[in-house]
Amino acid sequence: MTETHYQGKLHHLQKELMSEYYAALTASANGSGVPAAYLLIGGNPVELLRAFDILPVFPEVNALQLAVRKQSLPFIQSAEFMGYSSDNCAYVKADIGMYFGGRQTPFATIPEPSLLLCNYVGCNVYLDWFGHLAEFTGQSAFQLDIPFIRTASGKPSKEDIAYVLRQLHHLIGRCEEITGRKLDEEKLREAVRLSSLTGDLWAKIKHLTKRTPAPYDAYFDSVTMMAPLYCLRGTPQGLEFFETAYAELLAKAEAGVGPLEKERFRYVIEGPPPWPHLRAFRDMFSRWDAVAVASTYSTVGGLWEFGFTHDPDHPLESIARHLLEWNLTNRNFLQRYEQIERYLEEWNANALIIHSVKSCRLFSAGQGDMREYFTKRGVPTLLVESDLEDPRYFSEAQMRNRIDAFFESIAHRPTREGVTA
Amino acid sequence: MSTQTLPQSIEAIVDRCDRLIEEPGFAPAVAWKNAAPNRAAIGCFPVYTPAEVFYASGVLPVGLAGGGNRMEIAHADSRFQSFICSIIKSTLEQGMTGLLDDLDGVVFHSICDPARNLASVYSRNFPNTPVEYIHFPQNFEAEEAPRYLRDEYERVALFAAELSGRSMTTEDLRAAIHIYNRVRDTIRRLYALRRDSPHLLRTRELYPLVRVGHLLPPEEHAELLADALHAATTREGRERDRIRVVLTGSFCEQPPLDLIAAIEDAGCYLVDDDFLIGRRWFTGDVPENTDDPLFALAEAYLDASLPSPVKHDMRVSPARLLVERARSHRADAVIVLCAKFCEPSLFAYPTYRKALQEAGIPHLFLEFEEKMWMFDRIKGEIETFVESLLFD
Repeated sequence: MTETHYQGKLHHLQKELMSEYYAALTASANGSGVPAAYLLIGGNPVELLRAFDILPVFPEVNALQLAVRKQSLPFIQSAEFMGYSSDNCAYVKADIGMYFGGRQTPFATIPEPSLLLCNYVGCNVYLDWFGHLAEFTGQSAFQLDIPFIRTASGKPSKEDIAYVLRQLHHLIGRCEEITGRKLDEEKLREAVRLSSLTGDLWAKIKHLTKRTPAPYDAYFDSVTMMAPLYCLRGTPQGLEFFETAYAELLAKAEAGVGPLEKERFRYVIEGPPPWPHLRAFRDMFSRWDAVAVASTYSTVGGLWEFGFTHDPDHPLESIARHLLEWNLTNRNFLQRYEQIERYLEEWNANALIIHSVKSCRLFSAGQGDMREYFTKRGVPTLLVESDLEDPRYFSEAQMRNRIDAFFESIAHRPTREGVTA
Repeated sequence: MSTQTLPQSIEAIVDRCDRLIEEPGFAPAVAWKNAAPNRAAIGCFPVYTPAEVFYASGVLPVGLAGGGNRMEIAHADSRFQSFICSIIKSTLEQGMTGLLDDLDGVVFHSICDPARNLASVYSRNFPNTPVEYIHFPQNFEAEEAPRYLRDEYERVALFAAELSGRSMTTEDLRAAIHIYNRVRDTIRRLYALRRDSPHLLRTRELYPLVRVGHLLPPEEHAELLADALHAATTREGRERDRIRVVLTGSFCEQPPLDLIAAIEDAGCYLVDDDFLIGRRWFTGDVPENTDDPLFALAEAYLDASLPSPVKHDMRVSPARLLVERARSHRADAVIVLCAKFCEPSLFAYPTYRKALQEAGIPHLFLEFEEKMWMFDRIKGEIETFVESLLFD
């Protein structure tokens, strides 16, 4: 089998819900009166916006939607015409190009922001990106500064938590100014409660791929679930989506059904996908009956599978902890090694694929060191390079050759458990 | 009569700086450490380090400035990809080849994503070298930001005390702020002299005077700068037909000395720059005699520091500040000199470009790498640019 055709109920529901989400964005752009806030994926505090009925707009999601639809290049080029470098993050370029192209995309008209919420969670490019949006729109951005995890404990300090909590109070003040109404604490608790239930289901879904065969691909199918996880989290629709997804995937797991006819290799994958060439990339693994059982990329917005849950009794504290500690982007690089190590062990994987993307240096800078670390520990590891947004950085034949050679080589060597795959 | 009592020429001082900069290792820091007990030295990755916090704790903050154009990167290339800037790799390479062995620790900061990951990679590869990471606040409008940064500095002071075996007192910190204020004040005067009389102090001369502060104890650097200021002020020189240029973009990875000379030789007076900006980070003196000098240092970072693409102060437009700087320095043009693959610097450029075009200020965008050693092409580009302005 060289192509994957797996489309379950969750895929159709995702399309339906995301269409509704984008229709709401278009309505806002056309003057529905619902204010929109731009914010970033990393550990996003979307629950706070829900409490004010502010529409969340994720420029990263818009950029990747453009890339998946093979629409990103003209926008990237128009940003480069403005002076952006070929070496700058292409998410930013696609978004800036789209902004100056009248905010028109094939899936929605993106509204002007009432709030530029730069939740700075690890990624320094976020700061430049929102700084530029502020410069170009003439708006001031709210910089939600999240101290990076930088101490040996791998935990935020009590000073870090206090600092973030105080900023969240200021953010509430800003939302009150925008909407003209006070924070409804009950509404915030309800959004956090919905997020808590959604996160728990997402964690359960993540744990299903510990089974053999994995009932879905934890990279290529996880990304389908990530859009609702961010764009719809904290809403009844978001919860409903995850209830449906969990039921469907649990049934597959119980029935011993996976996304491929046969599961031969179980791998962990690190790094964002090559969105402009997603299908071609997926098929390079399918042809080897290789299934991703865990992916670091699916934890950029939150690390629920390792025990985090929002707490409706302490809504702001749990939002602060989510931002600080419970997402991949605010954790340091060595914590990512630990995360991968856990996936390899607990999800019983026999290889690591590192997809190194030029655009996102938060992800990629130092992945050569990561390869060295895992190779020395006896984990078959392959590092391939392309990009998450810019279609020009993808050499299909070369990529396929390398992936073929990798699986060819591990097909004939003992795994860590001493059996050949 | 001893030659030491003679006033030194600027050429002699610069020559001494050049030799110190080109010498591998950190001999002045080692000598300083050996002169008294409870002393250590730490390598500080760019851009800005709160040097006072380390120095007050008995730790000499030594500046890391990459590998220059004489280092071959043989090991670090396998750890960081081809699209990562050179200073990330050359810093790791220096560690891997033992060139940082004289240092007792390394500190990185939240300036960009590769530097962030390098802190982790460095600590994994050198488990016996203490590595610190400072998260500078990015919310300049938050009233709690100075308190947060003060607490961060206090944490860093505990780290520094472990390196030296000596905790800083408030008096130690006041003394450290005092001496670094002296250093920065003299650098500001040298910058002002170059702005007003660029024929008396070339950037190829000013740069090593500042850069040598990466290596020397601050008292020694302050003396050297004072001598240089005196020598440059009393120097005689003749103005040449050159354009006045503000240069920006080279705040982290540093261009080779010969590139700086080539820019000047192509017909430019560089009247302002952001080379080594961390050495002169503040717009004025940091208050020394407050009850809580740590807080004063934190507050100065947020409210009295120079603009930089790694700061993200949303209260001001960096592009507008660049235009104002070009005007206040009576610059004919701006050169944006970015290190290859440097995201903060490359990201700043589109906003600079728009603002400079709107203000009618000509500019030239160039990229460099620390390891470059041929300058003919870049010099040619600058000459063409200069000629287009001179003979417009």
